[in-house]
Amino acid sequence: MKTINISYFAKLREEANKRSESIETEVNTGLEVFKLLKEKYNFSLSETDLKIAINEEFADWNDELKNNDLIVFIQPVAGG
Amino acid sequence: MQVLDTDLNTYELNESMKNVSAGALVTFEGWVRNLNEGKEVIALEYEAYNTMAEKEGQKIIAEAKTKFNIIDAKAVHRVGKLDLGGIAVWVGVTSKHRGIAFEACEYIIDEIKKKAPIWKKEYYLDGDSGWVNCEHCAHPHTH
Repeated sequence: MKTINISYFAKLREEANKRSESIETEVNTGLEVFKLLKEKYNFSLSETDLKIAINEEFADWNDELKNNDLIVFIQPVAGG
Repeated sequence: MQVLDTDLNTYELNESMKNVSAGALVTFEGWVRNLNEGKEVIALEYEAYNTMAEKEGQKIIAEAKTKFNIIDAKAVHRVGKLDLGGIAVWVGVTSKHRGIAFEACEYIIDEIKKKAPIWKKEYYLDGDSGWVNCEHCAHPHTH
């Protein structure tokens, strides 16, 4: 088991109705974590709409997660 | 790059770029305008993944310093609720001559818009609201 921390922003924050949480899980990739959470919160966005950041760096959906990693799902950005 | 939840003071930002070897300061300001894709906007809200947005912004500024022969560059992005006419973003670049500063300034704002994890929610006159670049990507639920 490992602890994975997730922070939510923008549309996903609204849909999850929280800014962050930690989960205990056996899964190995960010993609698997996203699928679990999409099921839980009924997110309107899919992984194809999003990018993933692990520990404040853009990463690949299939990168292996380590204990205590911080994940953020990045919806299309709109700064500026 | 800095993410701030208070109004940007462009006078102070300009002053902070002062350097006697610079012959030019080029700045860009992004303002909140009243119309987007035909809908009348009454207010905007920016939200950022602050720590990562600042990191990505620093990378972009470092790239600009490598690519262009500039003296200094700085960017500040506002988060929180903004009214029409508010300043959402400020980019400043100094260089010996103006040409390269114009190019570098455009490069920095373009890259920030592409890469920095910052999001914009628009509130419309008709009572509707939405996350820019995102509403079209939401799929109907299939189960």
